[in-house]
Amino acid sequence: MSLSHRTRIRVVGRAASEGVGPPRPLMGCRVRAGFPSPADDHLDAEIDLHAHVVKRPAATYFVRAEGDSMHGDGIHHGDLLVVDRSLEPLPGRVIVIALEGEPTVKRLERRGSGVWLVASNPRFAPIPLAGRECEVWGVVTHVVHDLLGRAP
Amino acid sequence: MIALVDGNNFYVSCERAFDPRLAGRPVGVLSNNDGCVVARSQELKALGVAMGAPLHLLPPDVRRQAVLLSSNYALYGDMSRRVNQVLAEFSPDVEPYSIDESFVGFDGFPEEGLEAHCRALRETVGRWAGIPVGVGLASTRVLAKLANRLAKREPAFEGVCRLDADDEATHRALAACPVEDLWGVARRSAERLALMGITTAWELREADPRWVRSHFSLVMERLVWELRGRPAIVLDDMSEPRRRLLVSRSFGRLTGERHELEAAIRQHAARAGEKLRRQGSLARAVQVFVRTSPFLVGEPQYRNAALVALPAPSADSRELLAAARRALAAIFLEGYRYQKCGVMLLDLMETERAQPSLLETPADDARRARSQRLMATLDRLNREMGRDTVRFGLPRPGNPWALRCERRTPRYTTRWSELMRVKTS
Repeated sequence: MSLSHRTRIRVVGRAASEGVGPPRPLMGCRVRAGFPSPADDHLDAEIDLHAHVVKRPAATYFVRAEGDSMHGDGIHHGDLLVVDRSLEPLPGRVIVIALEGEPTVKRLERRGSGVWLVASNPRFAPIPLAGRECEVWGVVTHVVHDLLGRAP
Repeated sequence: MIALVDGNNFYVSCERAFDPRLAGRPVGVLSNNDGCVVARSQELKALGVAMGAPLHLLPPDVRRQAVLLSSNYALYGDMSRRVNQVLAEFSPDVEPYSIDESFVGFDGFPEEGLEAHCRALRETVGRWAGIPVGVGLASTRVLAKLANRLAKREPAFEGVCRLDADDEATHRALAACPVEDLWGVARRSAERLALMGITTAWELREADPRWVRSHFSLVMERLVWELRGRPAIVLDDMSEPRRRLLVSRSFGRLTGERHELEAAIRQHAARAGEKLRRQGSLARAVQVFVRTSPFLVGEPQYRNAALVALPAPSADSRELLAAARRALAAIFLEGYRYQKCGVMLLDLMETERAQPSLLETPADDARRARSQRLMATLDRLNREMGRDTVRFGLPRPGNPWALRCERRTPRYTTRWSELMRVKTS
């Protein structure tokens, strides 16, 4: 059959909607007897990456990383970071912190009696927090890195 | 009990939430087209800059010190949504009143813990959204509004003020509050109240409610009850009921070109239709207004408005646009340079309440369903793919009504390409 062959359709009118009989009440529930359907166990919702990554939508922000001092934590230049502002900046967490007005990503670490901001690239020295004007902005929970080299 | 939560210098706070360098500096946000200051940080207020001050009249030293930004409504709208989301963690009853104010109802909450609850609410909004808020807690909206003002004015409250109707502190606060500062009292009513010897909120509270009603209005009587601690007002008393919807804008430059006005009206009508559908309403009429600049002495002046009723209540942008075009055609005059135009949708009703007319045929039904599907698709595309992905007619670039927003900060939370940047090194 040729690809250019078309079946023509002619509209002859509306399909009759009468003839379904007298209206009957609609049962809102089904009566269950015997075993539950085995398919019930498979009623899964679609996997939602956003819901998995964003636990608290009101407090979650996406920001863009610049620079290469956090490679060891898997953060590359241009990566998308998921930041949750509701989380506590505990030692060991990667945080966004305003350092003298500049939003910065670093890992928070307790060393001895002081708290330090540590880069995961050995070329960058740890920064002591003591005596600095700084304010924690949020805690980084995920990194989105595009392996095809595009900005995610 | 009910709380009024509002953001301190909300627009400025939104800007500061994403740019820590703005902390402690005088910051102002400008309206888009006329370049007036519409939001001021505390520091800018201290420099003597008034609300609504035009940019070009600010003294040079103020302009040098201050950071003056164009308004970033995409950001403010999103932050407002986030603040309300946080509030919803503290009560199921959150009622946004404006972009930076919400009422939070605490019916059924134990009364004694409420102040601590509100402190936790304030602290959480501050941390999650980065927006400082003030909280006024009381048994009625009018008292909550007053408490909110005290919370912001008196540092001792640390952002949360509770007023109990029969408390001595409330008595003092009401006695110190001029009646015109009360929510819902217009200046003209305040002048008439003063003639009758009522100048403070306390004096209004003590007035006879029936007397107030017969000399003023039902709303004023409700105010008396509210001041006594008995909830009486509904939000509709105070705000624009959802009966009309306005989209208007000043032109960036004056224009006398018919096609430019037509394009602007088209865009305003489309935007109004979008808002109308979002709130689930239908409009019964479309009003269009145009005006020249009243400040240009010596220029010929003209202002006019025309109203076109719709054949049936509608939320279909095509019908709204057609009506708006007819209205504009009725009032547009050559020879004037127009400064502003707008579209107002009037006599709104809820979509669910729409009654099909007796004359309707199944074809009308099908047409309506089709229109609803088309508009829903249009709105979804514009929501998901970005504003103005699909629009009616093409506004040309460089059009005079495009927002002037040279100093706008990035839309940090609504655009992939404008996310906040954080340095790793």
